[in-house]
Amino acid sequence: MTKQEKMQELRVFAEQIRLETLKIIGSLGFGHVGGSMSMVEAMAVLYGAKMKVNPADPGWEGRDWFVLSKGHAGPVMYATLGLKGYYPVSDAYKLNRPGTHFPSHTDRNRTVGVDLTTGSLGQGMGEAVGAAMGLKIQGRDNRVYVAVGDGECDEGAVWEAAQFAAHYGLSNLVCLVDDNKRQLDGTVEEVMSQGKGIGVKFSAFGWKTLEVEEGNDVEAIYDALTQAEEFGDAPVCIILHTVKGKGATFAEPTGAHSSQPSKEEWEEALAEAEARYEKIRTQGKGGEEA
Amino acid sequence: MKQILIANHKTDKRGNRDGYVDAMLELMEQDERIVHIDCDLMGCINTKKLQAKYPDRTLNAGIAEQNAVAVAGGMAAAGMKVFVHSFGCFASRRAFDQAFLAAGYSGVPVHIVGSDPGVTAAFNGATHMPFEDAALYMTIPNAVVVDSCDYVQTRFMTKALAGIPGVSYLRLIRKEFQTIYADDAQFEIGKGVTLRDGKDVTIIASGILLDEALKAEEELEKKGISARVIDMHTWKPLDEELIVKAAKETGCIVSAENHQAGCGLGSAIANVVAKKCPVPMEMIGIQNRFGQVGSREFLMKEYQLLSEDIVAAAERAIARKAGKL
Repeated sequence: MTKQEKMQELRVFAEQIRLETLKIIGSLGFGHVGGSMSMVEAMAVLYGAKMKVNPADPGWEGRDWFVLSKGHAGPVMYATLGLKGYYPVSDAYKLNRPGTHFPSHTDRNRTVGVDLTTGSLGQGMGEAVGAAMGLKIQGRDNRVYVAVGDGECDEGAVWEAAQFAAHYGLSNLVCLVDDNKRQLDGTVEEVMSQGKGIGVKFSAFGWKTLEVEEGNDVEAIYDALTQAEEFGDAPVCIILHTVKGKGATFAEPTGAHSSQPSKEEWEEALAEAEARYEKIRTQGKGGEEA
Repeated sequence: MKQILIANHKTDKRGNRDGYVDAMLELMEQDERIVHIDCDLMGCINTKKLQAKYPDRTLNAGIAEQNAVAVAGGMAAAGMKVFVHSFGCFASRRAFDQAFLAAGYSGVPVHIVGSDPGVTAAFNGATHMPFEDAALYMTIPNAVVVDSCDYVQTRFMTKALAGIPGVSYLRLIRKEFQTIYADDAQFEIGKGVTLRDGKDVTIIASGILLDEALKAEEELEKKGISARVIDMHTWKPLDEELIVKAAKETGCIVSAENHQAGCGLGSAIANVVAKKCPVPMEMIGIQNRFGQVGSREFLMKEYQLLSEDIVAAAERAIARKAGKL
């Protein structure tokens, strides 16, 4: 498969994840749409190209780990894992129902394919660092990918974990920052600005840092992750400049953290996501439109 | 379970921290998955001995307790069995969200060691004096919480905790303490030890209050009062059977702890007694106060944790049992 064919496949996968994520949240009618949508392309590249996983054996020792430290984006992970075959994706249409295996925030006790429990922001970063440290001590070559939000970087715990990872040279660790510019109460700039920038901070902490201006473009993400594999002597941070609510008609214009749109708005969003998925799916190999 | 009592009120030359370190040296030798993480306090409990022998599995997280516990949770999920040490105040209050979620809720083997419990923080004073550390860990469903008393018990219980699948909290007196047990004593998590039998009142204690409880028993005997003394080293899960038996057979109970009595051992015992065999209870422990700086001797007197306080409490309990108070 050529790289362009692979990129086309990832674009299709991404739109499929976007559509299924909306269906999952839409099954309940409300939820964390914004931060799920901004993560769609990163999930497609990780699970569609970069990570070693075995959906038939979720605990396979050779697997790479993905930790969604911004745990409220659970639905995008449930869509991705379902589409990969960990379970039928329609199982996740039980989001947040009593006794569900698909809670708002990712939970290792509940969902097949989720390795670490997150939701208390900042904590998943430390857990991911621990997983990378544990795998390193065991002499394994598994990689650990962790996704944190830009708002989440308000938490001091993120930076304690960052200094630990750099100190112990955890080159098996990649942190993706979903830099979607917004947090619950407004823009990151308004609520708690990040000084000279999150990437600058990670660099100062001793990480290799890459900035991806098109953080919702699968090829840009793919290239950055490929570059990350070549550093070899330090943890790598990839800042993905993304759009909160990307591709959800009711959420993208506002960048809302959580949404509870009307029935009509849901129908419009699902119809548009469905049409976008169909369009890219039928474009065939080598399609350039995304 | 074999227990040979020393209980001569003399100090063991070996500190409780040595009990922890000696146990860890054995554990790390036997099991490549055992890890120790410290928070810039290796010098305080001599874990540099572990670092010298097992440098890859003895990590310093720096002065960053919440991260140390989150890292421990991730390492444990990846197959390791992780011990984390800091002073009890930071190992509980500072890192509690991580202990609750990344360890407790996640159901992974993370063992928190909090040193300098209660008044043993002495000259580090109020900021470093945890009277509530065990209470926090007792709120975590299925956690194991241990308040160990001497070198022998600390060594034994450290090894026992390494075998449990979930989160635990060990209150570790750092320095020397009165010897309670002979070297080959054995213990079981969740099973108290009857150190002395008696029929008029039961004193249930642990940690540094145990030696005071034994002295109190001796004083009470001089007054013609027969006191039972129980070492309740495990605060959670609590040995309900032994408590109910004591309540039935002696008719009143005095708890004694180096911790807030209202949210620690005493209140946990009261929960059992109230539900299963209501009898008069008195509680020796910190009474809704903050810590302060001072020698251990001063603090024991200030917070009324001495044998004379236990004796008075026992007499009150017996009087209440007889309907005289």
